[in-house]
Amino acid sequence: MDWTDDGIVLSARKHGESAAVVHLMTRAHGRHAGLVRGGGGRRMRGVLQPGNQVRCVWRARLQEHLGHFTVELVRSRAAVLLDERLPLTALSAACALVDSMFPEREAHPGVHDDLLELFDALARPDTWSAAYVRWEIVLLRELGFGLDLGSCAATGVRHDLVWVSPKSGRAVSADAGRPYRDRLLPLPGFLIGDAPARAADVMAGLRLTGHFLATHGPGAGHGGLPPARDRLVAGLSRSATTSCGINGA
Amino acid sequence: MPDPEIERLVRLLAKLPGLGPRSGRRAALHLLTRRETALKPLIEALTQADATVGTCSVCGNLDSAEPCRLCADPERDRDTICVVEGVADVWALERAAVFSGLYHVLGGVLSPLDGVGPDDLSITALLKRARIPEVGEVILATGATVDGQTTAHYLTDRLADCAVTVTRLAHGVPLGGELDYLDDGTLGAALKARRPF
Repeated sequence: MDWTDDGIVLSARKHGESAAVVHLMTRAHGRHAGLVRGGGGRRMRGVLQPGNQVRCVWRARLQEHLGHFTVELVRSRAAVLLDERLPLTALSAACALVDSMFPEREAHPGVHDDLLELFDALARPDTWSAAYVRWEIVLLRELGFGLDLGSCAATGVRHDLVWVSPKSGRAVSADAGRPYRDRLLPLPGFLIGDAPARAADVMAGLRLTGHFLATHGPGAGHGGLPPARDRLVAGLSRSATTSCGINGA
Repeated sequence: MPDPEIERLVRLLAKLPGLGPRSGRRAALHLLTRRETALKPLIEALTQADATVGTCSVCGNLDSAEPCRLCADPERDRDTICVVEGVADVWALERAAVFSGLYHVLGGVLSPLDGVGPDDLSITALLKRARIPEVGEVILATGATVDGQTTAHYLTDRLADCAVTVTRLAHGVPLGGELDYLDDGTLGAALKARRPF
């Protein structure tokens, strides 16, 4: 049996001397693994970089087999970000999150499309970090843990929302949340409106999404979030303290 | 029934890079039929290499001298350290004979998938070397891959406290490359890194 699909390279691990076991986020077949013959070699190494957009053909005798991928490069997403320290880390973090959070062979066309939109956004120096946080919010929704940031969980009001409950994932207004402020997560304004995303807001956004990815994500309690995401948070945090902004760092 | 000793030899040879069971058998047969000219010199060379070749405590290169011949060579430029992923990269640069400085072998790149973190690489030793007053430049020659460049960016951060200029190898059109045959990523990187001519 075989199928053809569009995919994004999430990871490639060398197998034997010249082959590689590759994980792709395909549009119609979800996260899918397959063996690429020659994937560990010089010719294919550039194609199998995380983030690269490919056209793939999967073939196997039986559905439950690992199968073989034939992969053709459509667009090299990684190459254009190689010189950009933090956007490159964000690309690695996004691929690692999708690779670790989603089950295999479960179609999530939205995740595939959103990932491509994120890669486009990572090339924009002024707005990429806010776009990354928004992408993690969408990722949580795709995982079934969508945050409800439209109204206050306690009073139902739709304005002055500045907190998020770490248990329910619902927004809380400034007045209702004041007595519990130490236990609530800050809600940066750029996630619910047109407020600008300053360095501190991006860090608050990452803390918010990081909390729910770590506690409610499929890998909860099994080693936390991927190291690439930790490196992104550390890098953004360092940039925020050493300069006035983080976008384009 | 094949001899178990020959089978063992074939099995071990077949594990070498570039060889498989069939070429392992050919190599074993070649060695066993040319004992004086192939097998014994090979045994001698392997024994000698096992006894003398080690990892240089300064740069991480493989050599029978300690420190290695490259580190001990007074003719080499001590102002520049070229950071590479592995010993094979040192050999490649030495073959090209285009670099006369010192090397530092990291021992890999940051790779969360393979469980390689900063502590698994020779970073502390690099920082120590970069703080030597006569060192003025550190060239990051890691691969043009996501992991390679992530490692390079990480090293740039760590080297920020050292009084050295951090540079990296250029990315772009290879010698003899025609634009028509290049992938869009390489073309994009080459265009981005264009310079006055």
